[in-house]
Amino acid sequence: MASEEMEQLVRREYKQGFVTDIESDTVPPGLNESTIAFISQKKGEPQWMLEWRLEAYHQWLKMTPPSWAHLDYPPIDYQAISYFSAPKKPEDRPQSLDEVDPKLLETYEKLGIPLHERAALAGVAVDAVFDSVSVTTTFKEKLHEAGVIFCSISEAIREYPELVRQYLGTVVPQADNYFAALNSAVFTDGSFVYVPEGVKCPMELSTYFRINAANTGQFERTLIVCDKQAQVSYLEGCTAPMRDENQLHAAVVELVALDDAYIKYSTVQNWYPGDEDGKGGIYNFVTKRGDCRGDRSRISWTQVETGSAITWKYPSCMLRGKESIGEFYSVAVTNGRQQADTGTKMIHIGEGTRSTIVAKGIAAGRSDQSYRGLVKIGPRAKGARNYTQCDSLLIGDQCGAHTFPYQEIGNSTATVEHEATTSKIADDQLFYCRARGIDEEDAVSMIVNGFCKDVFQELPMEFAVEAEALLNVTLEGSVG
Amino acid sequence: MLEVKDLHVTVEDKAILNGLNLTINAGEVHAIMGPNGAGKSTLSAVIAGKDGYEVTQGTILFEGQDIFEMEIEERARAGLLLGFQYPIEIPGVKNIYLLKAALNAQRAARGEGEIPAPEFMKLVREKSAEMKMDPSFLQRAVNEGFSGGEKKRNEILQMLVLQPKLAMLDEIDSGLDIDAMKVVASGVNSLRSADRAILLVTHYQRLLNHIEPDRVHVLVDGRIVKSGDKELALELEARGYDWVLEESAA
Repeated sequence: MASEEMEQLVRREYKQGFVTDIESDTVPPGLNESTIAFISQKKGEPQWMLEWRLEAYHQWLKMTPPSWAHLDYPPIDYQAISYFSAPKKPEDRPQSLDEVDPKLLETYEKLGIPLHERAALAGVAVDAVFDSVSVTTTFKEKLHEAGVIFCSISEAIREYPELVRQYLGTVVPQADNYFAALNSAVFTDGSFVYVPEGVKCPMELSTYFRINAANTGQFERTLIVCDKQAQVSYLEGCTAPMRDENQLHAAVVELVALDDAYIKYSTVQNWYPGDEDGKGGIYNFVTKRGDCRGDRSRISWTQVETGSAITWKYPSCMLRGKESIGEFYSVAVTNGRQQADTGTKMIHIGEGTRSTIVAKGIAAGRSDQSYRGLVKIGPRAKGARNYTQCDSLLIGDQCGAHTFPYQEIGNSTATVEHEATTSKIADDQLFYCRARGIDEEDAVSMIVNGFCKDVFQELPMEFAVEAEALLNVTLEGSVG
Repeated sequence: MLEVKDLHVTVEDKAILNGLNLTINAGEVHAIMGPNGAGKSTLSAVIAGKDGYEVTQGTILFEGQDIFEMEIEERARAGLLLGFQYPIEIPGVKNIYLLKAALNAQRAARGEGEIPAPEFMKLVREKSAEMKMDPSFLQRAVNEGFSGGEKKRNEILQMLVLQPKLAMLDEIDSGLDIDAMKVVASGVNSLRSADRAILLVTHYQRLLNHIEPDRVHVLVDGRIVKSGDKELALELEARGYDWVLEESAA
């Protein structure tokens, strides 16, 4: 197939590009101590929290943005960003869906996420983050019965300060990296989950993120703690409206799993990737890290990344507990002018720790993507094992895929395997399908979905269906 | 049904077919034989619409329609189906899923609705039993990890499910042991009908012991130099291709 045809096939317009007209209570752009104090005060935070933020801010001032990633973007003016935006009257929180701004509900409708229906039908509790403030939380009752805490991080800071203080920043320290430090100083919302000892969370927890106010950075902070023998499956999904200016997103996600605990964290990310020239998309600089603190604990990251102009993201696992398990299953799709530098880090510290990495990259259009993965086996990680498989699929001949695997093996009893492939979406596969009567677009989607299968089957059922649909939309062309 | 007139085809500026003529009527089984490099596979590839072949002259009509006006998938939906010499592997895509997608695409083109799931399952189980394929094959990824014989049987299974008007089988016998050959041949024979034609491309006569052709053509240097009935195949088997080459040179 000619490459122009292929290019046309994968070109498509962002379908979730619309703007909801809700007034925001926004601070003027700029970052200094008083901005941080404003945020902290708006959130009704205790003094220790403000101090923690300021500490992070002072660290951040001394840091420089990382330049090692295989990404190309103009320097960001952090003084041009507004660090707080909340829907009007944040203290006047709706108690039920009836009280929620109909415009917001409309937004969810447009996204294909009818909140009430979805929540009721699927049994999913949704903590919806809309412009940095959780607007509505459902199914709290049922979770409450089980003893599970699921609320916004701001609420958690007010209601469960001991828990938050005990765990916040223990996985991703304030000065971990440039973007994490920035997030620690100015985070405005995000989710908090605590599953008590021996409890299996009775439902999948889900947060839908949405960036809405123009020029407002989104700094989410999520903290999930699973106590001994506890289990939780957390779903994160995002879409954003069409924008002209680049929007910075620097989230931090911290997971803590104690003895025999299991956390499954799944993400479907569909942020605005920018127009055909790459203009206007989201910059996604995320720090996600899980700490398998307890023996036999397990943390599993599954992600389907289709959006953003720039993605810088390495969900990682610190495998500290004996025989703890870390997993990373990823599908990254880039199209147009998107750039992605993503991967994972598996840090084996404890004895008998195991990790699995399956990364699938699909590059189309003029996009460029890199897989960057670190497997580190510490001196005490006797008998540790890692299996890594990363495959790249190129669609057309104007895109690029790179693999940067790093290994640091500090224990000779460890076993580390790495397999990597790069293939062009094979013309002969396409021809084979078309010669059976299947049209080109369906054939591309069939082949790509087949390529991603190993990862999709790790997603919760409902999410897997969504991910497949999203992938099809992402690679859908305007072929007539 | 199929009419190939004065077909000239080049691949990377090298002439492969030089004025090929061939007419196939409904109900007939034709075999194209010839030495390696004669252009046998090129003919079926051009009919199916594979990229990389430049048609410099000539026409191909299928049921009176110019196939060069049709996309690859349109040709398949019209009933032209190519069985591959080297079937392609598609990791992660279940065999049964490809079959269903193909069948439904063809049904849609005929203005029919999607096949109901129970009906489809019944059809596919029946046909895979005919091809002596374990039902577990349906759940495996298309051709992935299949042996040579399994891939070929899978090609015929697709034919049995899709029921083309013209089935083109490119070297369907290559790499088959005698038992697999019998299964493949019986599958092909079950496709024979008054309103269907079959085009076999093969290097060896042995396939034609199992699938009896109505017409045999010898392709040499991009042209059909000799045609005959099944006796011609036996003669080729006994005498090789040299005498045909000499005859055509004379």
